[in-house]
Amino acid sequence: MGEDRNFNIRHSPVRYTQEQEKQRCWKEAKGSVQLFFAWSDLRRYVYINDDDLVQELYCDNRISNRKYSLFNFVPKNLWEQFSRFMNQYFLLIACLQLWSLITPVNPASTWGPLIFIFAVSATKEAWDDYNRYLSDKKANEKEVWVVKHGIKKHIQAQHIHVGNIVWLRENDEVPCDLVLLGTSDSQGLCFAETSALDGETDLKTRVIPSACMGIDSELLHKIKGVIECPNPDKDIRRFDANLQWACGVAVYTGNETKLGMSRGIPEPKLTAVDAMIDKLTGAIFVFQIVVVTVLGIAGNIWKDTEARKQWYVAYPEEGPWYELLVIPLRFELLCSIMIPISIKVSLDFVKSLYAKFIDWDHEMIDQETGVSSHATNTAISEDLGQVEYILTDKTGTLTDNKMIFKRCCIGGIFCGNECGDALKDVVLHGAVSNGSPDVLRFITVMAICNTVIPTRSKSGEILYKAQSQDEEALVKAAACLHMVLVKKNANVLEINFNGSAIHFEVLDTLEFTSDRKRMSVVVKDCQNGKIILLSKGADEAILPYALSGQEIRTFTEAVEQYAQLGLRTLCLAWRELEEDEYREWSLVFKEACSALVDREWRIAEVCQRIEHDLEILGVTAIEDRLQDGVPEAIETLRKAGINFWMLTGDKQSTAIQIALSCNFVSPEPKGQILITIAEPKDVAFVIDGWALEIVLKHYRRAFTELAMLSKTAICCRVTPSQKAQVVELLKLCEYRTLAIGDGGNDVRMIQQADIGVGISGREGLQAARAADYSIGKFRFLTRLILVHGRYSYIRTVFLSQYSFYKSLIICFIQIFFSLVSGVSGTSLFNSVSLMAYNVFYTSVPVLVSVLDKDLSERTVIQHPQILFYCQAGRLFNPMTFAGWFGRSLFHAIVVFVISIHAHGYEKSEMEEVAMVALSGCIWLQAFVVTLETNSFTILQLLAIWGNLLSFYIINLIVSTIPSAGMYTIMFRLCRQPSYWITMFLFDSFLLELKSPSPELIVFLLYPKGILEKFFITEQTKHVIANWMTCLILAILWCNRGHIGYQH
Amino acid sequence: MNSNATTTSLGTGSAESSAPRRNSKRPKYSRFTQQELPACKPILTPRWVITAFLLVSVIFIPIGVASLLASRKVVEIVDRYDAECVNATTKSERVKYIQGPGDKTCNRTLRVPKHMKAPVHIYYQLDNFYQNHRRYVKSRSDEQLRDNHSASEVSSCKPEDTANGNPIVPCGLIAWSLFNDTYSFAINNRNLTVNKKGISWKSDRDHKFGKDVYPKNFQNGTLIGGAHLNSSMSLHEQEDLIVWMRTAALPTFRKFYGKIEEDLQANDVIHVTLKNYYNTYSFNGKKMLVLSTTSWLGGKNNFLGIAYLSVGGLCFFLAMLFSLIYLVKPRRLGDPSYLSWNRNPGGH
Repeated sequence: MGEDRNFNIRHSPVRYTQEQEKQRCWKEAKGSVQLFFAWSDLRRYVYINDDDLVQELYCDNRISNRKYSLFNFVPKNLWEQFSRFMNQYFLLIACLQLWSLITPVNPASTWGPLIFIFAVSATKEAWDDYNRYLSDKKANEKEVWVVKHGIKKHIQAQHIHVGNIVWLRENDEVPCDLVLLGTSDSQGLCFAETSALDGETDLKTRVIPSACMGIDSELLHKIKGVIECPNPDKDIRRFDANLQWACGVAVYTGNETKLGMSRGIPEPKLTAVDAMIDKLTGAIFVFQIVVVTVLGIAGNIWKDTEARKQWYVAYPEEGPWYELLVIPLRFELLCSIMIPISIKVSLDFVKSLYAKFIDWDHEMIDQETGVSSHATNTAISEDLGQVEYILTDKTGTLTDNKMIFKRCCIGGIFCGNECGDALKDVVLHGAVSNGSPDVLRFITVMAICNTVIPTRSKSGEILYKAQSQDEEALVKAAACLHMVLVKKNANVLEINFNGSAIHFEVLDTLEFTSDRKRMSVVVKDCQNGKIILLSKGADEAILPYALSGQEIRTFTEAVEQYAQLGLRTLCLAWRELEEDEYREWSLVFKEACSALVDREWRIAEVCQRIEHDLEILGVTAIEDRLQDGVPEAIETLRKAGINFWMLTGDKQSTAIQIALSCNFVSPEPKGQILITIAEPKDVAFVIDGWALEIVLKHYRRAFTELAMLSKTAICCRVTPSQKAQVVELLKLCEYRTLAIGDGGNDVRMIQQADIGVGISGREGLQAARAADYSIGKFRFLTRLILVHGRYSYIRTVFLSQYSFYKSLIICFIQIFFSLVSGVSGTSLFNSVSLMAYNVFYTSVPVLVSVLDKDLSERTVIQHPQILFYCQAGRLFNPMTFAGWFGRSLFHAIVVFVISIHAHGYEKSEMEEVAMVALSGCIWLQAFVVTLETNSFTILQLLAIWGNLLSFYIINLIVSTIPSAGMYTIMFRLCRQPSYWITMFLFDSFLLELKSPSPELIVFLLYPKGILEKFFITEQTKHVIANWMTCLILAILWCNRGHIGYQH
Repeated sequence: MNSNATTTSLGTGSAESSAPRRNSKRPKYSRFTQQELPACKPILTPRWVITAFLLVSVIFIPIGVASLLASRKVVEIVDRYDAECVNATTKSERVKYIQGPGDKTCNRTLRVPKHMKAPVHIYYQLDNFYQNHRRYVKSRSDEQLRDNHSASEVSSCKPEDTANGNPIVPCGLIAWSLFNDTYSFAINNRNLTVNKKGISWKSDRDHKFGKDVYPKNFQNGTLIGGAHLNSSMSLHEQEDLIVWMRTAALPTFRKFYGKIEEDLQANDVIHVTLKNYYNTYSFNGKKMLVLSTTSWLGGKNNFLGIAYLSVGGLCFFLAMLFSLIYLVKPRRLGDPSYLSWNRNPGGH
């Protein structure tokens, strides 16, 4: 934990070990942490308690998470917004509109929505930033006790300077990175909770440097010194304080604290739907350029041939040099509405709503702990509905991570095999009370070979706080066998065995690492002064180091047998050390511990030197129960066509056992499990970490092929970075991956995957913090994917396609109109209508209609196969888009043809025809949204029909303004029966679209069962697609890389 | 964060305090947040579809019949005169004729096919005339037309904004190209009075064309476009101009010329004396004189009636077709054997 480090205190050059710094955290109520430094040549010298020197050298403790300040908000935010291509495009259009020669409408029709959309984005940013400012302020103004000029003073946290001595009371939050100088504890201990940094809620011990040991609290006020330490970096580890009081000297402050430095900005993730929207936007952009070019050329030809004859147009004989460009540019402006300007804002809005629905969902609250689900990343909900691979951790994710000691094998004797619980085994209890030396040594190792901290509750009960659930289970089991770990005071352990106290002095702790896969302690028996090495670890990390000559076959068998039962095994071992051997080794170990380069590797190497010739005592087996509902959840998701991969650090046989018990693989006769080929499509394979490393290095291609074939895979004994590599491999195959895990070792995999899900479990919040979604239990994944993911996908798909549809329809009408207006680029619609159409009339109903639920939640969960359609992207691909494209073209033709025929000749006044066409669009939109909605709640009905009503109200109001172009138009129209008859005719054509197409015939042949809708939709799109062959070919060509993707 | 479940918390309380804090985050329950708002889920079953089609046809066919009847009741006389009123065969000759001086009077005879009830509307119809052209449609100044003091607001009127250095009122291409053919009618040598009052929109007269705005400097430029205006009459009273300034959305359009406020009997012969001034010859535009009565649906326009009848008929046909299919080959609603993964085991 602590790290040996040299630093000097002025006037008294003493070497200290175990330096501590503390760290503050501002977002969590409880604080904090500690750290080791990565060494760097740049060092900082902290002058303790020197008020004159400290002030100016380093920054104060003011923390700032803000992105903007009051002054740079506008430029910085604008710069950020304009770094997006779409926004640059719209800005260009808006600027072109300022040129009155080419602008078809008032520039306000583009500037208005543009400014509105910018304002919405900026407001959101400003609000987020304001909230960050508030939380910063709260943290900055927190009152702390600081020694200044020898007197304790109450100041605000932001005024702490490097070198100040900070006093903390019990349960105080640590305001900045501190080096511990003194505590109320006589041994200079303090316990820190580090949940804010790594999410671990157990307490960690921190000790003051021995040079400061015993200094009176009053004297501490006057302490002077220099601490030499590296410049701030972001390598965080743990620590903090928890006593009546503790004081420390500030070494890093403000944004330079370890936590401040380790804050990363997460890379924004792009969903498959987003990518498709981008592609289609590109395709539409190309289409637009083509249309503009064609119309521009046609316009220039018409001008030169026809317009010269139309004397009333009075074209000048000689135009300016840019004359050829004028008409194409006009059409560019006219067609710019093809790309919906509001799509980004609408998507942001609905996506945050999806995230809220996840947060609010009462069915995803863990009843046990009251933890509700949370969507940290609000932008990727629809990807949940397209998941193809789930990569899951085992321990704590599939299992409860509630370890219970179940069986053991001591010196060849199996305990607990009959009754299933070793603690109820009479033989074992008998052996303990008889004082069988093997058994005693075994339970002694169980009790003391660990880093568990025993504490006492107010009622005097002993409680254990452990970093590892396995250790806790072992200590508890030992306590049941009358070997009770009572106290741990500094280096002295007290054990109560059958009423008599036994003391051990802990000399060294050889910590657990995932590479070593074992941990050891060196203790000195205070009774007889013997020095003993106690080890526990994975079988392959212990058994090879057994004393030569010891029969280890029984233990191997025991391990195998337990693993078959799905139990976690640990081997316990022991060795008495010679005094000299220990002393010699101890020196090397200390040196390794204080090494500044390759410390971890050197320690491991030194540990190796003492961990040999072990006497194997036995094997423990710990049960880790499956979480409720895990088998059902996995079965449901597998039915939904999602492939499961399990990535675990556990043994192969344990992993397979768990996999079998949670429906991961179908049960097969033993021995065939390693490569199961149930049917050609259902391949499962098991691979371990070693093999995986080799395969990833040398046989990547073959492995990728295998990965694509396999529905299931189990990777055991894998390291965190291998987990991430596997995710990356699947991502490279263009699969949508979801990684789920609960511990720190899953963080890399979670961040690597398209979607990371963290289980806020026993191993802390690290995974949940790094993840896009955090849930309380594995089984909520079903709901997250099938309900939230699927709805999000379907809703986003509708919203985005509809956005294009409604923009296209108005644009097509403009294009048709230009064909009858001498290809001169006249806009049929006036500026107000165009602006309101995009921002208001068409956005409200569709935003509300994302509340639609096409199928009930129950249906989806009962028939998870429904998810196929989402996974394969069948609802949103160039084909479906072509369907919407065709629909908009068809509707535009309908609206235009009916408008000009019903309002021809004496009625062909421009404003009137425009209003008829616009009303036609609005009516059609209302019916399209209605038709595409599956379940109507009161909100949708209100939005759809209320919107139609408000269209009339708004236009009637505008019609009363004499200076408006459309003065009295709406009143005139509403009085004409022919107007209303025309409107009905529009709506009937919606039916026409549906009816003459085979869609309705299909409806009749296959009435909408549970899901036939999709079957039908597909058919329809194909038919529409046939009408539109040419246009589709163009779009397909633009997306040719994607056609193979949608089955 | 459920670490306290088994190990319980420490006496120090640091771990304890975090648990209740998280519990308090428990979201509020409402039907909206749980997405459980009551909803109706209409399913398009065959019955529904057939009923809907029948309903549409039952509603649409009568409306179509009514529209068609209304349109057929309208009596309309259309007389194209642009070719007959010029004694020339080639385009250039015609243009020369129309631009040249000389008497341009032309006589036409129209026969009333059916009784025409007063008021009989007189329209002129232009064809291939792009009032919706971008250069044309924008070339006007609404401020100037409305307000006497805004006479100099001519920036949008180019190229007909000023003449001889002074602003033109009314400025712009639209006003400049005002239609100037005139018609007078007689039956049996008795002149028919043409009422030219109230042919424009009342709202235009009252709010768009000022009572105190008089034509100034109009048609004084080098090029004479269309009609001249009586400079002693305010724009408010120049209804031909007001009508003309309501630009048409289509290249074929009719403009209101006046009303004959007496019934015309069947087989009456109307003698029309017209002045053929307006140049449509340079762009091969047609000119027509139209006399028409009106119905509740407007003028003669079969489009709506035919559209309604065909939609209604098609719906009826489809309703019948679907009923037939439904009766011959019925299918149980929600038959899971039709689900794609049941028809095609193994999914996709």
